[in-house]
Amino acid sequence: MLELKNITFEVKDSEKTRHILNDVSLKFKPGELVVLTGPNGSGKSTLAEIIMGIKKPKNGQIILNHEDITTKTITERAKLGISYAFQQPICFKGVTVRDLLEIAKPKNKDFKELEIVGLEKSEYLDREVNKTLSGGELKRIEIATVLARNSKIMIFDEPEAGIDIWSFDNLIKVFKKLKKENKDGIIIIISHQKPILEIADRVIILKKGSL
Amino acid sequence: MMDLDEIERDLLKEVADISGVPKGAYNFRVNGKSISRNTTVNIDIKSKAQKSGIDVFVKAGTKKDVVHIPVILSKSGHKETVYNDFYIGDNSEVTIVAGCGIYNCGVNNSIHDGVHVFHVGKNCKVKYIEKHYGTGPSKGKILNPTTELYLDESSYVELELEQIAGVDSTKRLTKAELKNDAKIEIVEKLLTHGRQTAKSNIEVILEGENSTADIISRSVARDISKQDFKLHIVGKTTCRGHSECDAIIMDDAKVVATPSLDAESLNAELIHEAAIGKIAGTEINKLMTLGLTRAESEAKIINGFLR
Repeated sequence: MLELKNITFEVKDSEKTRHILNDVSLKFKPGELVVLTGPNGSGKSTLAEIIMGIKKPKNGQIILNHEDITTKTITERAKLGISYAFQQPICFKGVTVRDLLEIAKPKNKDFKELEIVGLEKSEYLDREVNKTLSGGELKRIEIATVLARNSKIMIFDEPEAGIDIWSFDNLIKVFKKLKKENKDGIIIIISHQKPILEIADRVIILKKGSL
Repeated sequence: MMDLDEIERDLLKEVADISGVPKGAYNFRVNGKSISRNTTVNIDIKSKAQKSGIDVFVKAGTKKDVVHIPVILSKSGHKETVYNDFYIGDNSEVTIVAGCGIYNCGVNNSIHDGVHVFHVGKNCKVKYIEKHYGTGPSKGKILNPTTELYLDESSYVELELEQIAGVDSTKRLTKAELKNDAKIEIVEKLLTHGRQTAKSNIEVILEGENSTADIISRSVARDISKQDFKLHIVGKTTCRGHSECDAIIMDDAKVVATPSLDAESLNAELIHEAAIGKIAGTEINKLMTLGLTRAESEAKIINGFLR
C-alpha cells in the first residue's frame, strides 16, 4: 500500500508563490492500475516526482507499507521498490542503453525489456542514450529501464508521448501484461489517452493541484 | 619476459594493456633505457645516434601490423626528452601503441617529454593510441607529449590520446598537416584531480583539397585541478573540419576551452562546438531512480563520458 497524506508543494518565482499541489491525499492499493489525468500544469508530474523522491513536498507524508518514506532519498526509494519512467527521457553523453539496463537490472543478460518495447537488441544495446535517438526511441528506452527493474511500484509519466500508433497499441499490451504478472504491485500511469484510461482500475483527476 | 618489478608491470598494463611479450614489433623503454626490442619483416626500429629516441620504419604495403613502444618511469627524479620518429610507407595499415606510466615515490620531479613525429605515406591507415598514467605517493609526475603528424595524400590517421589519472602536470601539443584527401580523427580524453594542471593545444592544418579533420576533446576536471584547451583548425582549401570540446567540471575545478577556426578559402567548411558544465542533476536523478547512490551515479556518468 502506498499512501500520500496531505501533500503540499509550491514553487517561489521571484515574489510570487505558485501552489502546485494543495493538500493532496491518495491511497494506492496492491494490484491496482491507476491512471492519473488532468489538464497540463495540474501537478501530475510533480506528484509522481514527489513519490519517487525527486521533489520534496512542503508538507505531508508518504507512507509505503506502513513506513514513512517522506525523508528517504531517491536511491532508498528505488531500493524499496519504486521506479519511475520520466516524462522527458534523460539524455547522457557516453552512457549506453546497455549501461542503463545493466544498472536497472544487475547481471542483465537477455535484455528482453528492449524487445518488449519493440527495439532490436543488436541495433540498440550499444547506442549512446543521446539525441541521435529519436524522441520515440528515447521514450521506449526510458520505459524499458523501468520494466527491467520490475519494481512493486511503477510510475509511467505520459508513456505514450512521442510514440507511434503501432508502438502505442503494443504499449497497452505491455501494461495489461504487467498488471497480470505484478499482482500485488501498483502501476500508476499519467496519461490523457482514452485507451490507457480504459485499462485503468481507477482514474484520478487532478486539477490545479487538487483532486 | 623483461626484467620488470611489480610496479613497472602494473604501469605497463595500465598504459599499453600488456601483461606479457606483445606480438609484433616493440620497444620497451624503462627509466631512460631501451630494455627490450623486437622488429619484424615489415617493421624496423633503430635507436637514434645523436639523441635519445628511436626511428620506426614501417615498410610500404604493410598490412595490419602492430608496434608497441611503451615508456615506464619508476625511478624518482628521472628526467628525459625522447624523440621518436615514425616513417610509414605508402599503402600501409598499422596500429601504434605508445603511452607512458610514471611511478614516483621520491622528492624529485619525474618528467617524460616525448616528441613523436609521424611521416605518413600515401593511402595509409594508421591508428595511434597513447595513454598516460601516473601513480605513487609523491607529486611531480610530469608528462609533456608533442605529437606532430604529416599526412600524405589519401591517408587516414586515427589518434586516441588519453590521460587516465595521476599525472600532476601535462602540456600536450598535437599538430597535424594534411594533404589532398587525407583524413584525421583525434579523440583526446583527460581526467585531472587534486591540484593537477593540464594544457592541451591541438592544431590541424587542412592544406590539401578534400582533407578532413574531426577533433573530439572530452575531459573531466575534479577537485581544484585546472585544464586549458586550445583547438585550432586552419582550412586552406576545399576541406572540412570539425572540433568538439566537451568538459565536465566538478568541485572547485576550472576549465578554459578556446576553439578557433581559420578559414582561408571560401570552400573551407569549419565547425566548432564547445561546452563546459557540471553533471546535469537530471542525469544523476535518473541513475538514482535505477538504484545507484549519488556517488555511484556520478562515477557511472564520468566513466561513460570518458569511455
